[in-house]
Amino acid sequence: MSSVSEKVIAGDVRTVARLIRDIDDGMPNVREVLKELYPATGNAYVIGITGAPGVGKSTLVDQMISHLREDNKTVGVLAVDPTSPFSGGAILGDRIRMQRHSMDEGVFIRSMATRGHFGGLTLSTRSAIDVLDAMGKDYIIVETVGVGQDEVDVVKSAHTTVIVVIPGMGDDIQAIKAGILEIGDIFLINKADREGADKTLSDLRLMTDMDQKKHEGDKWTPPILKAQAVFDTGVAEFLEEIEKHRKYLLDITEGLQFRKDKHRVQEELRDMMKNRLIEEVLDGLTETGEFEKAVDSIVEGKLDPYTACDNIVLPALATNTR
Amino acid sequence: MVNKRRIRVMVAKPGLDGHDRGARIIARAYRDAGFEVVYSGLHQTPEEIVEASIQEDVDMIGLSSLAGAHNYLFPRTVELLREKGADDIIVCGGGIIPDEDIPVLKEKGIKEIFTPGTTLDNIVKWVKENVKPR
Amino acid sequence: MASIFDKKIFDEIEESHVKWNKKLEKDFSSRPERLERFSTVSDREIKRIYTPKDAGDLDFMRDIGFPGDYPFTRGVQPSMYRGRLWTMRMFAGLGSATDTNKRFHHLVKEGQTGLSTAFDMPTLMGYDSDSPKARGECGKCGVAIDNLKDMEDLFDGLPIDRITTSMTINPPASVLWAMYIAMAENRGIDRNVIGGTIQNDMLKEFIAQKTFMCPPKPSVRIIADTVEFGTNEIPRWNTISISGYHIREAGSTAVQELAFTIADGIAYTQAAIDRGLNVDDFAPRFSFFFNSHLDFFEEVAKFRAARRMWARIMKERFKAKDPRSWWLRFHTQTAGCSLTAQQPYNNVVRTALQALAAVMGGTQSLHTNSLDEVLAIPTEEAATIALRTQQIIAEESGVANTIDPLGGSYFVESLTNQMEEEAFEIIKRIDDMGGMLAAIERNYPQQEIADAAYNYQIQIDKKIKTVVGVNKYVTDEEIPVEVLEIDEELEKLQIEKTNRVKTERDNNKVKEGLAEVGEACAGNENIMESLIKAVKSYATLQEVCDVYRDVFGEYRDPGIY
Repeated sequence: MSSVSEKVIAGDVRTVARLIRDIDDGMPNVREVLKELYPATGNAYVIGITGAPGVGKSTLVDQMISHLREDNKTVGVLAVDPTSPFSGGAILGDRIRMQRHSMDEGVFIRSMATRGHFGGLTLSTRSAIDVLDAMGKDYIIVETVGVGQDEVDVVKSAHTTVIVVIPGMGDDIQAIKAGILEIGDIFLINKADREGADKTLSDLRLMTDMDQKKHEGDKWTPPILKAQAVFDTGVAEFLEEIEKHRKYLLDITEGLQFRKDKHRVQEELRDMMKNRLIEEVLDGLTETGEFEKAVDSIVEGKLDPYTACDNIVLPALATNTR
Repeated sequence: MVNKRRIRVMVAKPGLDGHDRGARIIARAYRDAGFEVVYSGLHQTPEEIVEASIQEDVDMIGLSSLAGAHNYLFPRTVELLREKGADDIIVCGGGIIPDEDIPVLKEKGIKEIFTPGTTLDNIVKWVKENVKPR
Repeated sequence: MASIFDKKIFDEIEESHVKWNKKLEKDFSSRPERLERFSTVSDREIKRIYTPKDAGDLDFMRDIGFPGDYPFTRGVQPSMYRGRLWTMRMFAGLGSATDTNKRFHHLVKEGQTGLSTAFDMPTLMGYDSDSPKARGECGKCGVAIDNLKDMEDLFDGLPIDRITTSMTINPPASVLWAMYIAMAENRGIDRNVIGGTIQNDMLKEFIAQKTFMCPPKPSVRIIADTVEFGTNEIPRWNTISISGYHIREAGSTAVQELAFTIADGIAYTQAAIDRGLNVDDFAPRFSFFFNSHLDFFEEVAKFRAARRMWARIMKERFKAKDPRSWWLRFHTQTAGCSLTAQQPYNNVVRTALQALAAVMGGTQSLHTNSLDEVLAIPTEEAATIALRTQQIIAEESGVANTIDPLGGSYFVESLTNQMEEEAFEIIKRIDDMGGMLAAIERNYPQQEIADAAYNYQIQIDKKIKTVVGVNKYVTDEEIPVEVLEIDEELEKLQIEKTNRVKTERDNNKVKEGLAEVGEACAGNENIMESLIKAVKSYATLQEVCDVYRDVFGEYRDPGIY
């Protein structure tokens, strides 16, 4: 085993931090390390938290950390913030709300930017989860803004997926309905002291009931909880629901080993292959300058995008499949 | 994926002073320059900043202080990084820093000090020239 | 009531205005205007010229009137500076209580009429000098006060029955005030006699200055306790100084400073009324604190608009009947953020212009920044020049000879109107959110200020706005300025002193006192008497504040950028 893997398994913070950086930056050397770490993973319980900006996800995660630490559980956090589409940079501010845990050796917090890569976020987050898992964290919390498909996919791969809303979001509830309702194992109405909390609750109840009918036979009915994370109100109850969900999964998934769930493995492997193909082929193509040239030609009206695509992809495929 | 190294920076407010105007502006400027910026939030001890910087694997820490405590807080940050074997993380400082303090701070391992009036462009340029994502 | 202008002449003015503009356009076609867009430091666009039409809707009696008359646009007192000049109140505080005491004696001797105390960061945050969080900060930007002993040393030999004292302190304001009251009582001075101000404005801390301890709601409760106690017990004390200064320093525009400050004032007034107090019993003791920034006319208009807005709000919204409740009395400090480290002697000029704007705006008291404030705590020499600046304005320039000399200026009246209108719009938005506490929870003011600050910085970087010596007229040669150094030994000495007090006091009494503070905090009782008792037993600042933190919880930075 490489020394990097050994250090990760021993829980060395610096090594873990750097490995996650390499994963995020798409360094090819990480593959070997991840292969080595794989047998040491599969032990952590992964919780995905998603919701619109401003619903108080980070504050909730901060309180969750406190509760889990009181139970002597170690915690890893991956907080994903959007990358600016204009500059490619990002301000990663979720950590601020959890920073009081920074001196706690049982807690590892890492901010990640969505960056712009094609579906790569899901993969790099999954790999980062594996790293935190291998370093021995009992719980891993992944926090993302529930907007793009990528971010939804990220939390979908968690054991328990939590959707956080606040009262009075109106149209946003509709948006949830359209997109990510079906992935929620638990719904949490944060800032529940605000006007409209009961209305939000009944709206959500209606929607989950309808959704439930589609999944006849499922024994898990997503609970809808209220909380005021900033005052630590309702957070303990929320964690109890997560525990209930964990027990439910234990019953149906043979000890939470998602990796033995054929459907999940299929999905994850497909993602990984897709990503690898992009890495190997597409990135190579954009690097050669062919891509830029084609873009210019389309803009100048000399070429249609369909032909441009054929011109680039077909020869590349021919080379790669040889 | 091909090498997509980005500069990661921690913008940090050590000490008790809450004047974060400069820190917030610089965080935005870094973002607009394409860096990934982790903001520590206010009222941080050097210990908390260093621990967070290591977990976040940043290439540089930018410290902002406007309350005269830089002579303790800045060198203490560098010292802690050294203790943790993380002194490859570059430390810079900004804020109200008297001229005569600057050489002393540099001697203690603070790579650069940006005083009021330095333009954002110049700060960003300095970071691009001096901080290489590893 | 009569409009300030005869509207019949408006057509005539319009005709001439059009002609004049045409002539100008011709001139500018060959040689364009100096700038593409003329704007204030807050990025408010300014027209080529202002005429009676711009102030056309003004009604003299309704909107301007006479000083001392509602709505007080021209000043709160009828006599203004013809009667008494503004109070020249210079903020001072450095190192130990004994050092600051010396500076206070010096200032009183130099003719200063009110004292103003700056505390160090640990004191401002409610930590003692021996706290691990205080490392490196003891005595650095003000005086360290850990317990009553320090307060006694700070005011030793000063005539606190004759001079007023202003204390710039927020989260632990109630505790420092209790120490001041205890110190006075121990000297045999009656509660009725002492006078002064505690800043005690937590809302602007959440919005701008970020010196916070407990969450917003309990913070406002503590403030309501101090307001109530002051109303009933310490009649000469201003229990709150509603501050726009820091909002501006954090990078807001002039209108944001105006609107957020007044909205804070509305929130405090409402909190005191909710406490069961009669508005006319406490409102006359409210005071305000504004920034005076670089844009001369915009600042004068801001002060005038502030007075008129507050009068209207107090009379119409809160139904106050006592005219003194309608008064917006304010302290001003020149803009620290406008000073430059480059060519620091230029700061004397900046400060003079800002001070002039504050005087033209009718301030009640004024602090002028020292030229070296951007570098460190002012030296005595620099502080003296700053004080002399005020004295020159007051006694040489002649601007204090008449009241509201800019009243009636087409430009200034038009600006005053515009700013009032815009600020009321912002206040409406805040009301719609459910008031300032709700707006803060939503990070509304924080985000607005962050955006304004960033835009301003970009304008400076792009040289759209000039900062002399920084992005224009830059010189390589720097004139050295003498800077005051705070002795690094101070921290050690202060910790020793605090430890000594802790060993000499009766710890049972301290425990008892702190327990009573805890009970008062947890219940509905006013906390002030329990605080005075606790600090008299030499309970330290941090010991009391830890009780606050235990009972009310701690507020953490929501991190808006």
